Amino acid sequence: MLGRTASSLFWMSRYHERAQNVTKLLEVAYRGAIMSHTGQEHGTHWTFALACSGCDSDFNERYDELNLRNVVSFMVFSKDNPVSVRNSLELARNNARAVRTGITAELWEAINTTWIDFADVNPQTITQEKLPDFLAWANQRSHLFRGALLNTILRDDGYFFSQMGNFVERADNTVRILNTQYYSLLPDNDIVDDGSMERYQWSAILRALSGRRSYRFAYPNARLKAFNIAEFLILRREMPRSLAHCYHWLADTAEDLGQFYGSREPSLDMAGEISRSLTETQMREIYQEGLHEFLIDFIGRNNLFAQKLSEDYNFA
Amino acid sequence: MADARTFFNEMLDETGGSRQPYSRLADWLGDKPPNFLTKKSRDAETIFRRLGITFAVYGAEEATERLIPFDPIPRIISASEWRRLSAGIDQRVRALNAFMHDIYHRQEILRAGRIPADLILQNEAFLPEMAGFTPARKVYAHIIGTDLVRVSENEFYVLEDNTRTPSGVSYMLENRETMMRLFPELFQTHRVAPVEQYPELLRRTLESVAPDPAKSAQTVVVLTPGIYNSAYFEHAFLADSMGVELVEGRDLFVDAGKVFMRTTRDPKQVDVIYRRIDDAFLDPLTFNPDSMLGVPGLFDAYRAGNVTICNAPGTGIADDKAIYAYVPDIIEFYTGQKPILNNVPTWNCSRPDDLAYVLDNLQDIVVKEVHGSGGYGMLIGPTASKREIAEFRKVLETNPSNYIAQPTLALSACPTHVASGVAPRHVDLRPFVLIGDQVRITPGGLTRVALKKGSLVVNSSQGGGTKDTWVLED
Repeated sequence: MLGRTASSLFWMSRYHERAQNVTKLLEVAYRGAIMSHTGQEHGTHWTFALACSGCDSDFNERYDELNLRNVVSFMVFSKDNPVSVRNSLELARNNARAVRTGITAELWEAINTTWIDFADVNPQTITQEKLPDFLAWANQRSHLFRGALLNTILRDDGYFFSQMGNFVERADNTVRILNTQYYSLLPDNDIVDDGSMERYQWSAILRALSGRRSYRFAYPNARLKAFNIAEFLILRREMPRSLAHCYHWLADTAEDLGQFYGSREPSLDMAGEISRSLTETQMREIYQEGLHEFLIDFIGRNNLFAQKLSEDYNFA
Repeated sequence: MADARTFFNEMLDETGGSRQPYSRLADWLGDKPPNFLTKKSRDAETIFRRLGITFAVYGAEEATERLIPFDPIPRIISASEWRRLSAGIDQRVRALNAFMHDIYHRQEILRAGRIPADLILQNEAFLPEMAGFTPARKVYAHIIGTDLVRVSENEFYVLEDNTRTPSGVSYMLENRETMMRLFPELFQTHRVAPVEQYPELLRRTLESVAPDPAKSAQTVVVLTPGIYNSAYFEHAFLADSMGVELVEGRDLFVDAGKVFMRTTRDPKQVDVIYRRIDDAFLDPLTFNPDSMLGVPGLFDAYRAGNVTICNAPGTGIADDKAIYAYVPDIIEFYTGQKPILNNVPTWNCSRPDDLAYVLDNLQDIVVKEVHGSGGYGMLIGPTASKREIAEFRKVLETNPSNYIAQPTLALSACPTHVASGVAPRHVDLRPFVLIGDQVRITPGGLTRVALKKGSLVVNSSQGGGTKDTWVLED
């Protein structure tokens, strides 16, 4: 397989995952915004979405007012925002197009139709009333992409590289959301009663990571607690957006790729090490060392893994 | 030459009855309700868009990927018509390859005075770097798309030979797939010669010209300029259907005179490159030093006999518009036979007598740029306005040697789906020829159709569409 092909499959998946993550953040922000009444509170929900996707300062440079229209314009449709849904979908499709020969017709159709339909949408028509349906549509298209990929693609090196891209991005998204909100996840906040400010924050974090309902199953008394939420999203492997889950998947994929090629490159071992460290760590220890420090360190390790992988396999 | 105001209708004869190859189709069309073809056209468009069968239009800022309009009514050629066409094409492509071998070696045809030496040696398309080099099996142009037009029951003319990197074969194949999905019943009532073997034959052709044909596994690649090229879909399609890698210049490198591709593991040696980039961009060390698309050192590896490039560099000389007028001489010189297919009489505007005639008759003839393509920079006298003719005259007088001229051919017309129903529209035909260990001509080709009433310009860049082309079996 060409190094460039591996790179395109990695980025095709990575950008698609990114598009979905931004969509989820907007869903959460929208929900918060329509439920709050005062102007100031209203704005914090949009700030949450902007900050978690790392584009808050870019936004503030370009727009005077923090409102639905501006946030949607910037996070969904803008060509100037590198992480806008539009840019992610277009880049996902360009990468897919570059490896048109390496993906199945079903997968190509899923990606291509998403892009065609998205490009047909006039941003002016996405009003407050239309936004939920539009976001739900975009979210469904991402599921279709991943379903088409999992159901049709051959389990060879191409598949392994696509999984690498998918789960590196997912881990990055989860850890960044946690890091943006880490102060609300410090155990001291557990002292505060239900109905506190944090409850809102916690709920938003869980929703953005599709974990609001599954949290209740994972923690039998279902009470939202900072400690549990952090543990759920960092260490619980059964949570499909937790760091442990992402690295479990990456380590398995690394194992498979090593077997497929009959030799292992250093980056593959790195995935295994990160996964092992998550398995062996307790939430209590993370708090002792410092949650913020842990998250910052993890962002760096995740980036380093992606970089080493691209070097080891000659991504162009 | 037929009168420009009348034309040959491929479906209907003078009495309004249907010509034999179209008899069943005409009945079938007659039975259909008015909206039937409109709906089928929409279905076809959905299929093409979903599959991403698009081409890029230069100059358009947004939405650079477009669909080529697809006409759902097939163009039909009888078995006997095809036999004659394919014999003529076979003769022509063999002669053109012999011609290229000659001009890059002993230049017998120049010594014999059959072609003016300047026309070759001063020609931009002539590559001195190829002199003395003999490619595998002496084949230069491995893939040729011969552009033909029909003007009467028995008269076909070759318009162009397209010996560089002809495109459109993916449309031939996808048009057929689409037709089989839209109208399965028509394939039960017609014995249509299949085209689906093309990718396999292309691969066989490419493998047959590998530097070491005895090697058990040849590594063939398709070299594309990348996803923004107008024919990118086709490059990907061909690589995919042949089961070979689609590479860009940056995926290849030359080491010790051999070409390798960068893989996720060890570099892999490449034997045959089906290139879809122009000569000038192939190798920045030998040709255009600014090329970002090519592979430094590729040409030296080629000349060392370590890799085959298809088509060979320098094949542009065989489809140069100034050389075109001499193709009948070329055929006679190398095969000793009379040409089977007609050449369109051509005036070479670099010759004063020819220029004078052309300037006097602009309203009746077609003038083309020698190095132009895609229907750009040409004048079609009979459909041009007085002002267009006057403007073109100035351009032509300034730089006459840049132009050739031909009489306006009355292109044949085929039934075509238009807003008002079914109406005749002018067509041409590009069959695809493979030349390696054998000459292989896929029965059919790409029919391009001018969708505007009366228009003779079939190029997709100028609003032309395509049709599936059926060669009937006996």
